[in-house]
Parts: sequence; C-alpha cells; structure tokens
Amino acid sequence: MMITIDASGLHYRKLNEQIRKALATGATEILIKNANGQRYIGTGISGNQRIVIEGTPGSDLAAFMDGLEIEVMGNAQDGVGNTMNAGRVIVHGNAGDVTGYGMRGGELFIRGDVGYRVGIHMKAYKEKQPVIVIGGRAGAFLGEYMAGGVILLLGLDLEPGREIVGNFCGTGMHGGTIFIRGEVEPYKLGKEVRVVEPTSEDEQFIADYVARFASYFGDDLSRIVAKPFKKLIPFNKRPYGNLYTPY
Amino acid sequence: MALSLLTPMFKVERDEELCIQCKVCMRQCVNGVHWYDEEEDRMRCDHKKCVGCHRCVVLCPTGALTVKKYPLEFRENAHWTLDYIRSIYLQAETGGILLTGMGNDRPYPVYWDHMVLNASQVTNPSIDPLREPMELKTYLGRKPKAVEIKNGKLAEKLPPQLELDVPIMFSAMSFGSISLNAVKSLAQAARETGTFFNTGEGGLHRDLYEYGANTIVQVASGRFGVDPDYLKAGAGIEIKIGQGAKPGIGGHLPGEKVGPEVSATRMIPLGSDAISPAPHHDIYSIEDLRQLIFSLKEATNYEKPVGVKIAAVHNVAAIASGIARAGADFVAIDGFRGGTGAAPLRTRDNVGIPIEFALAAVDERLRREGIRNEVSIVVGGSIRNSADVVKAIALGADAVYIGTAALIALGCHLCQKCNTGKCNWGIATQDPYLVKRLNPEIGARRAANLIRAWAHEIKELLGGMGINAIESLRGNRLMLRGIGLNEKELSILGIKAAGE
Ligand code: SF4
Ligand code: SF4
Ligand code: SF4
Repeated sequence: MMITIDASGLHYRKLNEQIRKALATGATEILIKNANGQRYIGTGISGNQRIVIEGTPGSDLAAFMDGLEIEVMGNAQDGVGNTMNAGRVIVHGNAGDVTGYGMRGGELFIRGDVGYRVGIHMKAYKEKQPVIVIGGRAGAFLGEYMAGGVILLLGLDLEPGREIVGNFCGTGMHGGTIFIRGEVEPYKLGKEVRVVEPTSEDEQFIADYVARFASYFGDDLSRIVAKPFKKLIPFNKRPYGNLYTPY
Repeated sequence: MALSLLTPMFKVERDEELCIQCKVCMRQCVNGVHWYDEEEDRMRCDHKKCVGCHRCVVLCPTGALTVKKYPLEFRENAHWTLDYIRSIYLQAETGGILLTGMGNDRPYPVYWDHMVLNASQVTNPSIDPLREPMELKTYLGRKPKAVEIKNGKLAEKLPPQLELDVPIMFSAMSFGSISLNAVKSLAQAARETGTFFNTGEGGLHRDLYEYGANTIVQVASGRFGVDPDYLKAGAGIEIKIGQGAKPGIGGHLPGEKVGPEVSATRMIPLGSDAISPAPHHDIYSIEDLRQLIFSLKEATNYEKPVGVKIAAVHNVAAIASGIARAGADFVAIDGFRGGTGAAPLRTRDNVGIPIEFALAAVDERLRREGIRNEVSIVVGGSIRNSADVVKAIALGADAVYIGTAALIALGCHLCQKCNTGKCNWGIATQDPYLVKRLNPEIGARRAANLIRAWAHEIKELLGGMGINAIESLRGNRLMLRGIGLNEKELSILGIKAAGE
C-alpha cells in the first residue's frame, strides 16, 4: 500500500506523526511531497518499508533508524543516518555535516558531496557493518574516531581546484576502513591512519558497492572503477594505549 | 627494569600471634601483596604493591592484619607534599598522563559542612514521621506553568515524568567501568526502593532489560550500545555532555576491559578501545543540543523524559538555562567531587566547581528567568549522607544522584584504583574471578538498605523542620544557615549566616 503525504506547511512533529500512523496502518511505501526542512523523518522507526522524499528533508533524517529504506530525490541536511541501526538512505543530491555520525549498521548512498565530520565514530559489531558511499567530495574530519564500518569516497566530477577530502581525515581512527578513489595527500590524513593498497577482496567489495551506487543514480560503472582506489586503515586498535600511567 | 624511586604508600602489618597461615589474604589480594614463604613457613608481604583496599583486613579470619599509612616521612614541606613528589617520580619513569579513579580527594572546602538546617521550636510544631504521613514522592520532568482542569480532568496531558519514591537515584556508572554484578545490584535496589539507576554510556546488558521501568539510559558521545531497543528500554533518557570528575574530557575504556559481555553490550569488537570523544560531534551549540533532545523524543514518541547531564563548571547557570530552553526535561549537574572509573588525575583534582555553588546558581538563574518549572534539577558528585540530600533539596535540587556512596554500600573502600580494573571488591573490574566476589543479591540488599535508611533520616529531618512533604522543602533556602562562610559565599548560596 502506498500513501502520499503532502508536507507543505506541516510542522515536523505533525508530519512524523502522520508517517508513523501510516506505517502502523500498513503502508509499505510513503511518498512525501514538498518536504521543506522537516527534521527527524524516519527517526527511531523500525520496519522494512520505503519512504520517498521529494523536496528537502531537515536534519537527523533516519537518526536511530532501524531497517527502512529512505530515498531523497534532492538534497539532505545535517545528521543523515545519525546513530542509525539498520536500513538504507539514498540521497540524490548532497548531504550535510555529521552524516552517519555514530552509525552502527545499514547503508548511506549519497550522490553528491557531504559536509564536515562525516562518519565520525562509526562502529561495527558482528553482522552490523555500516557503509557510507559518497559520490562527490567530503569535508574535514572524515571518519574521525572511526571504530568500524566502511566509507567509500568516490570524488566524481570534482571541479578543478576542489579536493576530494578535507583535512584531518581519519584522525583518532581505531577501526574500520576508508576507501578513496584516486590519491590523497599525506598531510590530509590523521596520524593514526596509514595508506595501503586494496586487496582483491577489497576490490570485490568496492565493485559491488559501486555497482549499486551506479544503479541507484544511473551512473556509468566502468567510468567509476577505471580509477584505482587507496585504502586507509588505522595503525592499531589502541591509538592511545600508551598514553596513561596509573597513579 | 630501572630502579623505581617510588616508596610504598601502605604498610601491611601481620600479627604473627594471630595469623594461622590460612592464606586467605594471599588469595584475596589480587595485587599480590601477600605470599607464603615455604622455607620459613610464614606469611610475608610486599608493602609496595598494597593499595589500601582493606580486602585482606576484612576477610582475615583471625583479625591478624592492619594496613597503615607507610611511616616514611619526607622532610616536612608544606608545599612539596608526598603526592606531588610521588607523581613526579611516576611521570619521570613513564612519561604518561596520570590516570586515577574515584573523585577529587583534595582538601577543598566542603560547603555541605558549612550549612546547617533549621528545626521547629514552640511557634510551629515539628512533625513526628513515625506517626504522621510524610511525603518523599518526587516527579522529575517538565511542569507546565499552569494546569487547566476540564470536567475534573487535566485539559492537557502532562509532559512525561519520572516518578521517584525517594529523591535519590543511582548515578550513571557504565557496565565496563563497573562489573555486571555491581550494575545488577543497583538495578535491583532501584526497583525495590522505587527509584532509578543509570546505565552510563555502556549500553544495557541483556540481563538488565527487565529493570527497564527503573532505568535511565544514557546517550553519550560514543553512542555505545545505543539502538532503538535501548532507547525504548528505559523510563527516561539522559544525554551525557560531561561529568564532574573530568569536565571537558571524553571517556576511554581500555581494550583490556572490553571482554565478551562488555563487547556485546557496547556493540563493539572484543578488545578494542571504547573511546568517547570529548564532545558529541553533532552538538556544537544549544541549538544542536536541542536537535538531539528532540531526535531522542521523536525516536521514543515523546513518551520519555529526556535529560542532559553536565559537569559543574564556571558558567553552569547560563549553560543550564540553555539546556532548559533546548527542551530538556531535567538537567543533571555533577560537581567536581564526582567519581569516575578513570580520569586524568590533574583534571579530576583541578577542573570544575563545587556542586553546592553550581546548584544554588542554577536554581537562582532559572527562577529569575521564570523557567524553573520547565526543567527538574538533579545534582550529584559529593552526596555523602541524608543530610547532604536535605541540604541539596533546600538549595533547589529536585533529586540527587549518588555514585560513590552507592559503591561504598556495595563494599568499595575508596582505594581510588578503579582505573586499574583490579578492584578487590568485585566492583570496578571485569575479571570474572573478582566479579564473583560481589553477590548481586547481597549488593542489592545493601544498596536498598542505604536508600531506606536515608529516606527515614530525611523524614526525621523534615519532621523536625515542621515540613511533611519534600516538595515544601525544595528551594526553601530559609531552612539553611551558613557557618564559617564569607559574604560572597553566602550570597552565592543565597542563604543567611547562622544567627541572622
Ligand atoms: S588471612 Fe589472616 S590468618 Fe590467614 S594467612 Fe592471612 S593474615 Fe594469616
Ligand atoms: S587486599 Fe588490599 S589492603 Fe590488603 S594487601 Fe592487598 S591491596 Fe593491600
Ligand atoms: S570501586 Fe574498587 S577500585 Fe574503585 S575505589 Fe572502590 S574499592 Fe577501590
């Protein structure tokens, strides 16, 4: 069952109430039209339904979300997938700061660029392996304190003079992996990470995700994988293990 | 290894007359102080390793043991005390940041001890709590400015509240910093006494979900163990911004303590460090805080109060006002004496302000701004007994958090070695051999006894003042007088001097 909600002029609390009600009454897909900055869409919701958003949803889209698929036809704001548990968010435009903060499961596919502090403190546990795929560029502090999961940064269609990632990438990282398409200059990396070549297993992983990325956004797969990836991993699981002395 | 210049802190004395060489002390001391000398057939000890936790003293069946301060005196020096000399030796040996446990132990003034309570004499009668009803019930949460009654019912639903039978809760202590048996003890005691325990930032172990109605779940910067089930499991949610023992600093549970159970509860791999960054990286302003508060409210359908915990720092009143305006249902303020599983020593001992000042300033500020009803105040970080609770409430608190006091009830002897993970009392440890020493049923009984005893004492003190409901004491600073305080201190506390 598909339900359409017109979000124009609705306060987020009303809109989210309507969404929860629609899901509770058996909607399998919700189309939200005219979203205009309403926060918390999909926040804390469990299930396996689908929400399609036309317009621009507000911050904390899919925060703490558990299982749904959300597709945003335009841009998203800050905190997409904040502490998300499971599910998928597909954003056709850009996403803002702290995308995927503390994310512990599920997938984010962002076609465009993302802001600062993306993927901070993502973590993985057993079968929960969060993945963020970013089509464009990322701001500073990408993957800071990252403890698990994967960030795939593609850097497609970079305008001349624009760099694929900001400074302090992977600072304090102690788990997980960042794949960057192309080169990244050493001065941009936090001192807790090192650059290695992807293994053949990694290549497979990248190929799978890029193929899905390409299918979501209608991109040309071969064009994306034509450029080799670099892999960033932390030096160790205990970056600050030797810093302290018991008093 | 190079020669260490450190001298022992404690001297363990064994009365050879009494010792029956049962080796209990040897088995009980995980620090390896006691050992059996086969050649001479007698017990011996290595004083240097003793941390003064009294485990062996309490368990020695013949009372043969005494632990004393090591009687080694440096030449008297009021400036270079033993602690400062020792810490230099340690840092010269290791080059590390000094790490310690428990709360600030420095001789700063304790303002609770500079305030005395009132009692009724002649003009208004005191009340005998043994014969007359006495109300300690407390509701934490946002209260409307006014209530409207329609057809004998509230016209509008009250915002969600936490209902406490006593105005005392167990403060946030994570599973990881303390043992599962310690958390279970507190959870069970909270249920028995009609109050709450707080998960800290360690997630909620599956065995503890049954205590949900008495649980406050914490959301900290590391977001450990935070998933939808966790948020829904508790009766309330607390966003942790800071704690009194280490304001401005994040948390760091070393990988050694992340065993299978901690790993499953925090949802992180075995043996990896659990690092909570100093700030939440989605909160850089009061507006951002508001966003997280409402994100959590949305995630739990506006059914649970969402509070914010901060450390008492210089600008605490303005910060608390911001927190109230950000939509928090309660603000928890942790004073500079607040305990911790591990904190850098210099931060613990030098950062933050006394909770008494912080509380008085926050209550005053919120009243002046006309928003005191919008947020409940919970204070922690120094509450040692029921009189401290009563004074805190008279200063303006709705309820208090106890952490250190609760652990002492479970057997903690304040050795301040929580950070080492070798707690001989089975509290601040994840070593299964040590954890077994704390029986959660006995622990629960002891912690519940403490709450009940304090509740009785609070009633006595209230009755003496001629007050029969804790509600009437809240913010009633006329019930307090200061002793040995200067004008400025009195004015910050908003109380008169004794005799005035
Ligand atoms: S526990 Fe007491 S009696 Fe037993 S060996 Fe130790 S000191 Fe002696
Ligand atoms: S049990 Fe505690 S007090 Fe006794 S020797 Fe060991 S460390 Fe010292
Ligand atoms: S909890 Fe254990 S380690 Fe910490 S101070 Fe108490 S007795 Fe010592």
